[in-house]
Amino acid sequence: MSALELLTWARGDGLAIALAICAFGILLRLFEIFSLGRKADLSRPRETSPGSGWRTIFSRSLPPPGLLKRSPVTYIGGYVFHIGFALTLFFFVPHIELVRGLTGLSWPGLPMQVVDIAAVAAILALFAVLASRLTNPVKRYLSGFQDYLAWLLTLLPLLTGYLAFHHVVADYTLMLALHVLSVELLLVALPFTKLFHTVSVFVSRWYNGDIFGRKGVAS
Amino acid sequence: MSATYERGMNAFKEVLDAPIASFFSSCVHCGLCAEACLFYTETGDPQYTPIHKLEPLRRAWQQEYTLLGKLARLTGLAKPVTDAELAEWSPLVYDSCTLCGRCSVVCPVGNDITYMVRKMREGMSAAGHAPEGLVMATTRAIQSGSPAGVKWVTVQAQIKHVEAEFGFKVPVNLENADYLVLMSSWEILNYPEYLGAVGRILNKAGATWTLAEDAYEATNSGIQIGASDLARELVGRIVNAAERLKVKCVISPECGHAYTAIRWEGPNLMGRPFGFEVKHILEVLDDLRREGRLKLKGTLDTPLTYHDPCQISRRGGVYEQPRTLLNQLAPQFKEMSDSGVMNWCCGGGGGVSANERAEPLRMTVFKKKKAQIEELGVKTMVTACANCRVVMEEALEHYHMDVEMLGLTELVAEHLDES
Ligand code: SF4
Ligand code: SF4
Repeated sequence: MSALELLTWARGDGLAIALAICAFGILLRLFEIFSLGRKADLSRPRETSPGSGWRTIFSRSLPPPGLLKRSPVTYIGGYVFHIGFALTLFFFVPHIELVRGLTGLSWPGLPMQVVDIAAVAAILALFAVLASRLTNPVKRYLSGFQDYLAWLLTLLPLLTGYLAFHHVVADYTLMLALHVLSVELLLVALPFTKLFHTVSVFVSRWYNGDIFGRKGVAS
Repeated sequence: MSATYERGMNAFKEVLDAPIASFFSSCVHCGLCAEACLFYTETGDPQYTPIHKLEPLRRAWQQEYTLLGKLARLTGLAKPVTDAELAEWSPLVYDSCTLCGRCSVVCPVGNDITYMVRKMREGMSAAGHAPEGLVMATTRAIQSGSPAGVKWVTVQAQIKHVEAEFGFKVPVNLENADYLVLMSSWEILNYPEYLGAVGRILNKAGATWTLAEDAYEATNSGIQIGASDLARELVGRIVNAAERLKVKCVISPECGHAYTAIRWEGPNLMGRPFGFEVKHILEVLDDLRREGRLKLKGTLDTPLTYHDPCQISRRGGVYEQPRTLLNQLAPQFKEMSDSGVMNWCCGGGGGVSANERAEPLRMTVFKKKKAQIEELGVKTMVTACANCRVVMEEALEHYHMDVEMLGLTELVAEHLDES
């Protein structure tokens, strides 16, 4: 198979299969969660605090008092990675073009230089959090194969994308094919690994906010 | 497989719900919960990382309720949780967690770890891995009415004492009163001033109140041990008395876990909402103050601080009321670092104080509070939980610290305007 054939497959059938597995997996995992149900809380809420769950979805992105100082790498590394990754994913013009080709939807992108900085920042942040995972006693203690796998699967699309974009490797077509494949790997793994937090975080934060909210504690 | 092990695993299956499934799904092993937990910060031992305390429950969830987990178990890739593992986790689940809830406000993905520890204890106690001290306290509570074995005659003796000292009659089994007053064993045994204080305050406010002969104990070790049937039995005594006497409101005493037990868990244990209100004594004091029925005079002019009992502030939402009262009563009231909903636990909540096995660890983690007090430099600490108070008085002595503890209700009663 030539690089071009690989790229064609990856962009066509490969992408379709990966998206299908990802979508099916997300639905399955959400079903696994919600089908367990939740008993109604019969205690009288302190105040009816509608929206406490929704508020927590946002507010939990900020460090609680004192925590930033105790764990700066986790927070700063986390912010830089997530923001850098999101900017690269959603505001890189070729990515927007791809979505437009598939769905007809489009939105304005960011200048190449900005995306370039975002991608590099995200990659550096990934290495910083890996270093922290290997050296921080708690993270090291908690981490298993899955944690490192999730890290690698996240790094690959950024790295291959960066290499392809800058034509670092001579065979641009091959690099691009590898980039698309790495994204597909990420998509397939997303529902079944810790990467699923990208979806479930909205659910868990909502529950947390709901539980605390009815007791009159903003969280 | 032993029968108790089976019971434990069934209890795990029973307690696993959608919130817990979402929490386990979201955890990214960032380790921040450890930084929030005094058992980690004061020992530096990563096994005390909050989410790690739940590992057997997580595996049970994964192998029972996720497709991949089931496949892994069927193919032998994942091993089921063993009884030996449950035994190994007992100190983590009972000795090194006070259910303080700090991890739950810190976890960036929103995991309510405290909620899960509470649920995990259901399985642990069913499997026979609850610590002996807690099992005994619970048995005593079921048999004699109080975890410390305090019987009604002891309460009666205290009633006599209060009546002689303050010259009012303590109502017992009075119907249609505004308030049913409860106590914790600690108040009956160590802080008899509580009953007198509440009586004086309520009388002065013109409220009617009563004790109930069959429901004077507010604490609930059934919840701390994780045995919902026993917890239901204990809370049921209070509910029955409140309904029989047709009181409007039940006052939870200066005890954090009692408040959680009656106010938040009670209706769920009983399976129905209550027809009466449940309030912590601090809420009642604040209500009376707002209604102009609590008149205070004079102030306590020593520098002092307030220790937020976890179940009352972070897990209960009562953090403004004590501050309103203290600002009025104590001009030199100073806040500790991390006060209010971010407070640090005394180290003895969640049944830890009744668990002798945990005592050395409890003393170690008190270093957090010690540092907070020393940083502030005050010699007086007010709180609103008799359990916090006992735990801290013991620890203050252990560390030879010259700090006096006060109950807030008692402080209010001392400054009652009796004119
Ligand atoms: S803070 Fe939350 S996400 Fe991080 S390790 Fe603890 S439970 Fe997991
Ligand atoms: S509830 Fe408190 S003691 Fe228990 S794990 Fe969380 S922070 Fe630690």
